[in-house]
Amino acid sequence: MPNRFSGHSITCFRGERFVFEALDFSVESGEALVLTGPNGSGKSSLIRIMAGLLAEVDGRLEWNGDPVSETPEDHRARLHYVGYQDAIKPVMTVRENLAFWASLRGPLDGVTGALETVGLGRIAEMPAQFLSSGQRRRLSLARIVASTAEVWLLDEPTVGLDRNAVGILETLVADHRAGGGMAVLATHQPIALGGDEHGLDISRFAARRQIFDDAEVSQ
Amino acid sequence: MIRIMRLLVTRDLRLALRQGSDAAMVIAFFVITVTLFPLGVGPEPNVLARIAAGVVWVTALLATMLSLDRLFQSDYDDGSTDLLILAPVPLELVVLAKVLAHWMLTGLPLILTAPVLAALMNLPEGGYLVLIVSMFLATPTLSLIGSVGAALALGARRGGILISLLVLPLYIPVLIFAVGAVDASITGLTPRPHLLILGAMLAAALPLAPWAAAAALRHSLR
Repeated sequence: MPNRFSGHSITCFRGERFVFEALDFSVESGEALVLTGPNGSGKSSLIRIMAGLLAEVDGRLEWNGDPVSETPEDHRARLHYVGYQDAIKPVMTVRENLAFWASLRGPLDGVTGALETVGLGRIAEMPAQFLSSGQRRRLSLARIVASTAEVWLLDEPTVGLDRNAVGILETLVADHRAGGGMAVLATHQPIALGGDEHGLDISRFAARRQIFDDAEVSQ
Repeated sequence: MIRIMRLLVTRDLRLALRQGSDAAMVIAFFVITVTLFPLGVGPEPNVLARIAAGVVWVTALLATMLSLDRLFQSDYDDGSTDLLILAPVPLELVVLAKVLAHWMLTGLPLILTAPVLAALMNLPEGGYLVLIVSMFLATPTLSLIGSVGAALALGARRGGILISLLVLPLYIPVLIFAVGAVDASITGLTPRPHLLILGAMLAAALPLAPWAAAAALRHSLR
């Protein structure tokens, strides 16, 4: 039976203002959801809410109809989050960086393969401080390959990636979906994730109520 | 559980040793500051002997505090905190592991240096053993209490100063009983009650501090 991850009338309040309100989403096993919207519309916030890093002020997240807030540990165990920060320690080698995060989630068998997959196999023993920004991004993506998780939450995963790496990412997500996983991506670039991915334009849910007037804020 | 603890402690130790100097800086501060006292107060042996335990302990306290702002800050800055919170591991355990690593990098070297500095301050013979025992009981408490302050100050500007303001008042009981233990043993009284109270503080801080610091860490992302 396919699993379903959904959110109902989610409202996000951040930095003294409502970012979006009454937002609904739903993803099922094998599906991909692409979040779009202008800068500041709340794509990152929504992904952080989905991950449980940010609390929604209203609404609820559900897994197969049960509230996620009742079993936060289970929710964390089934998701991978790649944020805009790379969580890379410059003094550790590429392999050590990846191995640490992988070993928090289980065995280490996947590390070498994951580095090969994202094209960092040859520089695995290099200190991470010498990585370019695109290579850092690849290393972040290697985390989702090195250990398995059912839900992938990817915040702007394509930033800094070259064409080749975007291709790798597209294949990864397509394979993940084919294997029964689900993925949520926030991105500005057109990306092919293996067909009939759903789009969600967050600006449709832009909050109408605001605590401060825009004019008042800009002063 | 043990595996995860070891993993986290090794990571922090490895990071600290590779970027170097944090532990060395704490010890250098400890040594230099204590050395200032004979210069400032004057080299009168009796005066130094009377203030020895207090000076060593106050300075150890300040040295510990100096190292607290790095405890969570670098993880916070590079996004590692997000991933640690999302890891399928209790965050309290993560905090406990980080505190253990912090103690190994600051508390332990302080304990090793303290007798030498106490000799410099002319601490009477009877005080050394109790000084070391009191440090073994109290420095972990300092790291534990400090972790709460460090987690609360995350994201604040001038975090270092904020940590001092949060943490120093909480260090006062530790200071009083640690110095009390050493003084008692010098004057021929039993240090036992003081040491028992230090042990009790450690026993209380061990479960409470990681719990509070973990809550503060979760909140820091909001």
